[in-house]
Amino acid sequence: MEPLLKGIDIVKEYDLGDVKIQALKGVSLEVFKGEFLAIVGKSGSGKSTLMHILGLLDTPTSGQLILNGTDVSKHKEKELARIRNSEIGFVFQSFNLLPRTTTLDNVILPLKYSKVPKNEWKAKATDMLKLVDLGDRLHNKSNELSGGQKQRVAIARALVNEPSIIFADEPTGNLDSRTGQEIIDLFLQLHEQGKTIILVTHDSDLAKIAKRQVVIKDGLIVEA
Amino acid sequence: MQLAETFRSSISALRANMVRTFLTMLGVIIGVFAVLSLVSLVRGVQNYVTDQFSSLGSNLILVAPGRFGFENDPALAFSNNKLSIEDVENIQRDASTYIIGATPNLRLSKTVEYKTKKFLASLVGTNSDFLEITDLEVAYGRPFTKEEELVKSKVMVLGPQVKEELFGNRDPIGEKVKIGDASFEIIGVFTEKGFQSDERVVLPYTTMQSVFNIDNFSGITVKAKDQDSIEKAMTEVEIALLKDLKKDEFSVLSQKDILKSIQSVLGILSMGLGGVAAISLIVGGIGIMNIMLVSVTERIREIGLRKALGATSLNIGIQFLLESVMISVLGGIIGIILGFLAALAAQTFVRAEVPLWAILLAFLFSVFTGVVFGTYPALQASKKDPIEALRYE
Repeated sequence: MEPLLKGIDIVKEYDLGDVKIQALKGVSLEVFKGEFLAIVGKSGSGKSTLMHILGLLDTPTSGQLILNGTDVSKHKEKELARIRNSEIGFVFQSFNLLPRTTTLDNVILPLKYSKVPKNEWKAKATDMLKLVDLGDRLHNKSNELSGGQKQRVAIARALVNEPSIIFADEPTGNLDSRTGQEIIDLFLQLHEQGKTIILVTHDSDLAKIAKRQVVIKDGLIVEA
Repeated sequence: MQLAETFRSSISALRANMVRTFLTMLGVIIGVFAVLSLVSLVRGVQNYVTDQFSSLGSNLILVAPGRFGFENDPALAFSNNKLSIEDVENIQRDASTYIIGATPNLRLSKTVEYKTKKFLASLVGTNSDFLEITDLEVAYGRPFTKEEELVKSKVMVLGPQVKEELFGNRDPIGEKVKIGDASFEIIGVFTEKGFQSDERVVLPYTTMQSVFNIDNFSGITVKAKDQDSIEKAMTEVEIALLKDLKKDEFSVLSQKDILKSIQSVLGILSMGLGGVAAISLIVGGIGIMNIMLVSVTERIREIGLRKALGATSLNIGIQFLLESVMISVLGGIIGIILGFLAALAAQTFVRAEVPLWAILLAFLFSVFTGVVFGTYPALQASKKDPIEALRYE
């Protein structure tokens, strides 16, 4: 079976003037459709850089990245933005909802940058919010929600364009353990529905919920 | 993202900071308001001057002492004033083919008193031909005669406003008014003409010369027979004057010439004032740029998020540019409305008007301000790296 996402010998170098720092020293990785994968590593291990490259927020210095059979590592900014919009969903540690904006409008945001016709936006966003059990909070402003509710809005936002992959970067980091568990359950539920999820975390216990774990250290995969 | 959606995002971003948006807008409002109200005010003054001139009478030729022009010191013209009654007589005799008449002109501002009432009137000394030369008409009473001119009679004809202020509804004919120590008899009242001519008091120039102890004329007013003879009359007047005066001791001007030079002065004034006001618009633009740069820093996470969700740099740039353009355009519209209201208010005093070109120019300039001063912050916003932006605390 062809992998959905395939990284081949990915190197990322940062040029700091005098010195060059290699954040990734040649990482190869395959992610298959419907997989729940965890990328685990300590702070500074390179896991965030890897997520940014896999999530098309950044481009590798060398190496290839193949998404759905297409090499996207040399794509231009505009093309990457389009793919991010349609193929990738992000869930961040700090939720990143637009302040003073309703949950509905927050979930609609990715649709605004998509080719989905405007008359479908509201229905799609409403469906997603119902899916994360926030059907009764459509018109609440984001600052009126609890942390767990905010993260569920963020998940609905990540899902609304029906992306191929969802990246979750420390999704429970800002939540207490009980609400954190609710979010984990939600991810497991999404995985059961066939979504491809990549969880990025420093917490090896949390990583255990994923079906497969990749440990990264000093810019290299040390355990797959 | 469609433009309509970007528009909505921009509106909600501006509404989220109402007070700040309004204060930023204020710079543009004041700039546009200043441009429009100053232009309309100068327009009003221009109209006023034109009206004044046409109220003087038509087909007039004016002889002024000295050379008329911007390059000369106007004070010199009056200190070196050589116009005399001989010159008037020369004109009357030599240019008679093309003119109806000529009169010397003396002007002084004096307070006219009647019992307890006082009025600052402009005294005009002329000869007895003045009714034919100016378009004035005597409503009741009579004008002064050639004899009265010769014997320096202390008689005067009042403008309707002077009569109103001093006598109210009473008949002033035969009453005596005082100017300083001298006492004058009222022999007539002019019909109403509007403007300053109603504040005039006309008396024989000879009387004026002897009572106020002045020799020279402020000028000589000549009336041409008709529109077509103005040019020829001007030449004849000049030849007549050269008998007694040197070429640089007088100027012969048509009403049109004077009006034209006043208009050109006012035109320059209008441009100058407009320019000063335009500077305030630039200051307003800098205000917009300043606030937009703050806004870019404040909303850096929003920029990062939007990019992560699929916004291109162009999308972000347009969103921020649209915000500054909306601030400046809205400010421009408010400024135009206020400027228009100011012009309406000024119409109580002068015929102020807001020309269409000034409205269009003010509007275009405010759009221009928004684009020019919004471009840099928009570029800053669009260039933000999504990773850096999302990490920003």
